Amino acid sequence: MNAGDLVDTGGSVNAGGSVNAPVLSVTSLVKKFGHFTAVDDVSFELMPGASLGIVGESGSGKTTTARILAGLEQPTSGTVALDGEVIEGHSRRARLRHARRLQMIFQDPYSSFDPRQTIARSIAEPLRLHAPGSRKEHQARVDELLDQVGLSRRAGESLPRDLSGGQRQRAAIARALGIAPRVLVLDEAVAALDVSIQAQILTLLDQLRRDTGISYVFVSHDLAVVRYITDTSIVMRHGRIVERGETEQILRGPQHPYTRLLLDSIPSPDWDLDRVVQDRRALDLR
Amino acid sequence: MTLTIPALRARSAKRRRRRPLIVSLAVAFLILVAAMGLLAPVLAPHSPDATSLLNSLLPPGAEGHWLGTDSTGRDVLSRIMYGARLSLLAPLGVVLLSGLLGTAIGLLAARAGGWADAVLSRGMDIVFAFPSMLLAMLVVAVFGPGLTAPICALAVSYTPFVGRVVRSVAIQEGTRPYMESYRVMGFGELWVTLRHLLPNVVPVLVAQSTLAFGYALVDLAALSYLGLGVRPPDADWGSMISQARSAILQGEPWSGLLPGLVVLLTVVSVNVLGEHIGGSIGRKQSEGA
Amino acid sequence: MLAKKTLARKGTPDGRAEDRRDALGISGLSLAVGTGERAIPLLADVTVRVGRGETVGLVGESGSGKSLTARAALGMLPRGARATGGVTVADVDVLAAGRRQLRDLRRTRASMIFQDPRASINPVRRIGDYLTEGLRARGVPARAAAERARDLLDQVGIRDPKGAMRRFPHEFSGGMLQRVVIAGALSTEPELLLADEPTTALDVTTQAEVVGLLKDMQRVHGTGMLFVTHDLDLAAAICDRVYVMYAGRIVEEAASASLFAAPAHPYTRALLEASPSVHGEKAEIKAITGRPRALAESPSGCSFRDRCPLAGDECAGTVPAHRPHGTSLVACVRPEQVTP
Repeated sequence: MNAGDLVDTGGSVNAGGSVNAPVLSVTSLVKKFGHFTAVDDVSFELMPGASLGIVGESGSGKTTTARILAGLEQPTSGTVALDGEVIEGHSRRARLRHARRLQMIFQDPYSSFDPRQTIARSIAEPLRLHAPGSRKEHQARVDELLDQVGLSRRAGESLPRDLSGGQRQRAAIARALGIAPRVLVLDEAVAALDVSIQAQILTLLDQLRRDTGISYVFVSHDLAVVRYITDTSIVMRHGRIVERGETEQILRGPQHPYTRLLLDSIPSPDWDLDRVVQDRRALDLR
Repeated sequence: MTLTIPALRARSAKRRRRRPLIVSLAVAFLILVAAMGLLAPVLAPHSPDATSLLNSLLPPGAEGHWLGTDSTGRDVLSRIMYGARLSLLAPLGVVLLSGLLGTAIGLLAARAGGWADAVLSRGMDIVFAFPSMLLAMLVVAVFGPGLTAPICALAVSYTPFVGRVVRSVAIQEGTRPYMESYRVMGFGELWVTLRHLLPNVVPVLVAQSTLAFGYALVDLAALSYLGLGVRPPDADWGSMISQARSAILQGEPWSGLLPGLVVLLTVVSVNVLGEHIGGSIGRKQSEGA
Repeated sequence: MLAKKTLARKGTPDGRAEDRRDALGISGLSLAVGTGERAIPLLADVTVRVGRGETVGLVGESGSGKSLTARAALGMLPRGARATGGVTVADVDVLAAGRRQLRDLRRTRASMIFQDPRASINPVRRIGDYLTEGLRARGVPARAAAERARDLLDQVGIRDPKGAMRRFPHEFSGGMLQRVVIAGALSTEPELLLADEPTTALDVTTQAEVVGLLKDMQRVHGTGMLFVTHDLDLAAAICDRVYVMYAGRIVEEAASASLFAAPAHPYTRALLEASPSVHGEKAEIKAITGRPRALAESPSGCSFRDRCPLAGDECAGTVPAHRPHGTSLVACVRPEQVTP
């Protein structure tokens, strides 16, 4: 990988398939838990091969949004459409179609695998469900997937507890890629990792997107990580979208005071804590 | 502060593998009893049903009867050997049936949740509160003596004993993120439950069933003693004790004491084994996956 | 390795241990659990100094031993651990101190703040009890202690301190509770504050506020602070000096400003290059191969050599000694290749 490629990722939005139709479109999504509104009128679109960041702090509704996308929560109202097809019902067929197009990576790589199965078996399992074929074909595909995410065959033969956090997250990515989804939802996927490992996973994700034309919904509280991995972003607060646009533009000229507060809260050598206080005041005044 | 250093882990693993002597003794005894039952036709020195009024109530060791004879002159050792068959098979039936029922109900309650869980759990509580012997005696009163009715009755009353533990383990394991990841991958509820939840439940199932086996053995022996279980001429240890009642009153306790001792040792062995299995599961869980 | 405490102290460069004004002096600290051949080393030759009123960062990834070092400063060693070297907090020899002396030390001279405020406050006791406990143990009368606690709550920005005294921990948000913990830690006017990832569990915006508060309080009270974190940016932003730890050893010590401009250890530089940034032009990040290691599983010689792009044969022989390079003190045989 070289620096030139990286800067160009913004232009590779149209890498996979049809050019103008969004692969994922979310319209007026609302999710209420009792009287509490976790997600309030959230809409966005994701083009094939693009990467969208959902930025927010705890309680912003970003994780609930991700869980609705993955089908783990049912929205109170609003729709999610994959490839122009609105997701409805829980029938087995509908769930399989949904799963084939959209996969999710969770924050905690330690517990996203069955502790009793080897990594290779865990990766092979969804293959058997979604891509019928012989045992040999599946084995070959597992090897290919392990290779794609930079895991050795020996790591594939290991149990989850014998791998490091970074290796487990690679394995989770391999398992999701096996289904060949068009959209990958990553919920704080690198937040639990050490800095040096986080960089490995980020560069891997970047590489995979360029190679396969997969689209990402990258949910994170970390603006620096979001800047690296996404083209466009939405900023959420209290369940609502407060700002949206190209990630670079949001970082350079934040329009909403909350976005400004988020940015000024990030430590840097010339960190000005007084500005954070001012931002907070400006936000409270609104 | 937790230290997760491989060398430390390996060391504690080695310590864990050492099995206490008492557990080895229990296992050896159970194997011995099971072998006696299996090989009774080969090993038994006499026919279990051959009566001889001349040789009644012989003390152990007399005239080729190692453990003596009962009031009708039948060889006690041979009867204990043949009796092992029913005495062990009947509780095994109870354990298998209650294990199957308990696992099914426990998993269903855990996965369904909501009102289904509430109904199943309360149902198990009610059965659990009902004395198993009383239930078995009622069933025998309705269906008449014989082993089938008490086995079914005990199986039902032991079901909550298994089901409640299975349910709590299944609920605990079901909240782990990997369960959710299978749903996202499009797997059905049944697949996830059978392929990924069930294996988690098996260890506690084995531990509970082992304990239940001991209880069932005692309950069935008691039923036989009361004349509600095995019908003559079939013999199990419970009925042997029962038939020795008059002999014990005559001051000839051997024919009743020896089968009683076998019952006692078997139940203690089973319980020791069950506790050991349960304990090692607990240790594994507290250590974390 | 230096086995005797006295030897270790004498061996400290430029006689730092003799500086009686330091809030914390750790010199040549080594830590191991177990004995003989089966001993597992945790820390090796760690030297850290925190002057009065100074903020010092201790940065590292998992397994680096940063938290162990901070805990050792209060005499909190892992069970069965043996320590060699010297640890001095405000003129108290921590490793030689008895139970009672350690208790006095923790009660009066040094405080610690942990990552999760909920884990460090008893959930069934009121905030007021938590704050006055330490003062009462020092013999402050109840009324004066309560007054002082209210004062502290006010200082850390809790509205209605009087009402807050009667409330329970679960009635506070994480950020607010961490403020309470900070108030508690400062209630005894300690000379040393050990902050172990105090903002990691908090939201980004809350982190900024809590850090701002910590800095203010420290300035007002003149407390020396050891700030333990995995976040190099955060350490550089608030600390005067930073120690970088890797696999149970200090690999670099530098003033915060120069650490960013001119990292002297390959590991420091690799960490900087691996972290994406929101500032400046969008730049590529460079991943470090392999994974962070604990001391017990690190290679001979330089612990970082199996992941280091500059490693050569001479890195394998002995653990590199600390040497000055630019404004840093670095444990690398060729820092000039990292930053010329």
